[in-house]
Order: sequence, then C-alpha cells, then structure tokens
Amino acid sequence: MDARQIMTADEIRRAIVRISHEIVERQAGTEGLVLVGIQRRGVPLAERIAAAIAEHEDVAVPVGALDITFYRDDLSLIAQQPIVKGTAIPVDLNAKTVVLVDDVLFTGRTIRAAMDALVDFGRPQAIRLAVLVDRGHRELPIRADHVGKNVPTSRDELVKVHLAETDGEDAVRIERRGDEA
Amino acid sequence: MRAVEGAGAAARGAGPVEGAGTATTEPATELPWHHRHLLDVDGLSAADIALVMKTTDAMKEILARPITKVPVLRGRNVTIIFYEASTRTRVSFEVAAKNLSADVVNIAASASSVTKGESLVDTIRTIEALGAHMIVMRHGTSGAPYLAAEVFSGSVLNGGDGWHAHPSQALLDLYTMRAHLGDLRGRKVVILGDVLHSRVARSNVWTLTAMGADLWICGPTPILRGFDAWAARWANGRGPGGHAGFTVTSDIDAALADADVVMALRLQRERMDAGLLPSLREYAARFGLTRERLAAAKPDALVMHPGPMNEGVEIAPDVAVLDRSVITEQVTNGVAVRMALLYLLSGVHAGGFPEGSIGG
Repeated sequence: MDARQIMTADEIRRAIVRISHEIVERQAGTEGLVLVGIQRRGVPLAERIAAAIAEHEDVAVPVGALDITFYRDDLSLIAQQPIVKGTAIPVDLNAKTVVLVDDVLFTGRTIRAAMDALVDFGRPQAIRLAVLVDRGHRELPIRADHVGKNVPTSRDELVKVHLAETDGEDAVRIERRGDEA
Repeated sequence: MRAVEGAGAAARGAGPVEGAGTATTEPATELPWHHRHLLDVDGLSAADIALVMKTTDAMKEILARPITKVPVLRGRNVTIIFYEASTRTRVSFEVAAKNLSADVVNIAASASSVTKGESLVDTIRTIEALGAHMIVMRHGTSGAPYLAAEVFSGSVLNGGDGWHAHPSQALLDLYTMRAHLGDLRGRKVVILGDVLHSRVARSNVWTLTAMGADLWICGPTPILRGFDAWAARWANGRGPGGHAGFTVTSDIDAALADADVVMALRLQRERMDAGLLPSLREYAARFGLTRERLAAAKPDALVMHPGPMNEGVEIAPDVAVLDRSVITEQVTNGVAVRMALLYLLSGVHAGGFPEGSIGG
C-alpha cells in the first residue's frame, strides 16, 4: 500500500504544543476558554491541547465533545444513519470563547454542522477552529485559526489521522482512495 | 433469536450472529442499523438492541439541552395514525418526531374516512400519497402494521397492535431498567398482571430474555394461557441464547421474592372476556402490587408500570409513588427511545441510496 506518512508522532506532539500556545496567546490568557472536540478524533486532540495548556499555564480548561451527526447536510444521501457517538458539553457556552478541535479540515461541511450544533447550546462570544491537518478543497467559506500542518492534496487522496487513543498509534498518512481495506 | 420477520422488513445485511449474552456490553463491531420497519422486537439482534440503547443515550443528552430540537429529520413527514385510544404513546411519538424537526401529521382514526368504511390498505396508500415518509400506527388487530408495511414504501413503526407487540414500549422499559441496574444478566424481572391481553408483556418477553434477565411472569391461571408453552419453548433452547430463565407462575410470593424489577400491568377490562376473572376486588386482593407484597422483593427493587394505571387494582396508589417507582421516568425515556427509533429507521430506504460521505 503506497501510504505516505506526512506527520510522525513527534511532529503531532509538537503541533499540539504549538497550537496550545497559539490558542492562549490569541485569547490573551485562558479566561472564558472552552475546547470542544468534534467526534471522533477531535475529542482526544482537544484533551491533548487542554493537557498542554495545563502544563504551561497551570489552568484546567474545560473540554467538551460534540457529535455533529444530527446536523449533517448529507443524511438523505447516505444509505444508513451513522452511529451516534454522543455529545457532552460540560459548561454553559454563553459568552465563552469556544475552540472547535478536529483532526482534518477538508470541505468545511463538518465545521458548518458543528457551528449549528454549538449555537443550540448558547451564544458563544467567539468560535475558533483548530485542526491538526488542513488539506484544502473547501466547499464553504470556512478557515482554520490554528493549523498543525497544511497539506496540499488532490481530491482522490485520503488523509488518515491515527491517534493513540483511537487507533493505537500517532501518525498522519496520505493514501489514494480505494487503497484502504 | 428469530431472523427478520417477513412483511417487507429490510433485507438483512452482514449482521452479527452474536450471542444474546453479550448484548448488554458494546458490540465488538459497530454495525449500522438495517431494519426499515419496527414491527416487533423479535427481529432485533442483540447488537441492534445495543445500538438502540446507545442512540437513546444521545437523545437523552439532546433532551437535557436548553433547546431540545435537532434538525436531523427536517423535511421528513411522520404520520401518526392510531385506531385505538392512547395518550402517552401517541404524544410521545409526536414529541419525539418534533424534537427531530420532522413534520408531524396526526390522524385520529375515529374522525377519519375509516368510519366511512375505508380499508386499512387504502388508508395507508392515501397517507403515502399525501407525502408520509414514516407511519406510526396503533391498531386493535394483531398484525395490522405488517399489512401496512407491505403496501407502504416508507417505514412503519408499530405503536401497538392488538395483543401482539408494542416494541417501543419494550425498548423503553429495557432502557429504564438498564439505566438503574446496568447489565440485566441474571437480574430477576417480574411481569405481574394481565399478561394475556398484553402486547407490552409479549414484547418484553423477547427483549428481557435476549438480555439474559431471569424473567418471571405472574398472574391468575386463566390469564397465563399460552405463556407456559412459550416458556417451554425457551426451555427447549428455542429462545435467544443465554437467557437466565423464564418462569410462569400464579404464586405471587414466589415471583416477588428477591425481585430486582416488578412491572405491574394494567388489567385490560375492555379486552376481558366474561368469566376469566371472578371480580376486580378478588383480583386486587390476590394479585395487586401492595407495599406488603413488595417487601418480599429486594429493598431497592424498581417498580414499573407501562400505564395507564388502574390504581387500587393491579397497583396500590402508595406503591406507584414510592421513591423506587420509575413510572414517570418510563414516560420520559419513552420520548428518547422513540427519537432513537425514528432516527435509525429514517436512514433505511426501500431503494437504497449511494454511499456518500461528509468531507472533513
């Protein structure tokens, strides 16, 4: 299989530490900050960013999990309903700065759905976006505020993020569509 | 467990043939839902039931939000037609469908063309022509939803048919029990009362034995008719694998001893043949769930009732309001379970759609 590795475990770790600094710098502190990971791999990433912030700021930033299934715009196009992973927003989001965290930014449709879901929980002061990989090909006017790595891709490629929490290892690879088992 | 029943049930994909005993834990692989209709629970695998429970958890989370509405069924028409009286099931389905942003049409059969002699098949065809994608149906005749499923191109949810099945009730009962007890394997669950006329009891037999509960059915001998034979079939290995027991008895003290759950059923006076029971008072005296009788059960045993209650007949008024009574919780969970069912069924289409995906 001609999967090409584009991030190693060390590079993922450094990207998360850098993003954690960027988030705090942008917010000028941690006041009012909430991290919300998008199911599934955004959730462990959000937890890792929170752990990095805890290390250098000595503050525990609240972390939530968001399942966007009920807000997808393509449910009528797919054969079966996706399995719902669950949402857990631990704090009131009104007037908070919410940083959405996801593994890959592609068309932007997931983020659109996530923003629709978030506003059902309240009116955040601001919503920002942190992603591990931005692979381009946006279909909606959405951009990321914090990016681990920009990766030019073609549409027929797949970006696979593996995380220890969900896949047993840390790595980002690119493969051709149809290569996967 | 039996495979998918006839009547237009969706073709079974590569479903798991999992032992029922593993059901209360997460299935090893996450298989998507593949049933187009929900006519009874006898066609659901342990993995299917686990998926309903997991999806219900997500729906409970929605019900706890400031805005209890998500757009997932936007543009879908859910038509609710009830040929029998109902408050909680009908309203519960309506609230569930509205929470998912579906368009809801309510038809009271008593005020429809049914009274002019329209046949069930014609009514279903008319509802379809009026744009329904899903039909929730209650009918006094066992099997009526199966006929509806044969002619309807969308999904049919059985909201109760005759004495036969009430699948959403069995699933909400199961959800409520699991919320308090976790794994039901080996737990003693007693269904007490008028099981003969009870579709709730029949559907619960399937789910509870599939989950490995130690099931006891208790009532006066004349209304246990048929359940003995059913228990014998299970004892001969024809039930779901790994069930912990299925006992049918008229001995209420033996049934209640050390029970984990006691579910009282309504005495269905409207369905009662003459001569089955000598009198209501005798029934209440011998089989009513009272505080004294409940003392034989475990101290924290759950008290359940699918409603509506005949207080002072099958259940004493003071028992219904005990701390361990989860009767109102059953109603609340009913909305979440029905949201989960509407969501899961809405994804299975007759013709099928090409696989697509949402881009990151």
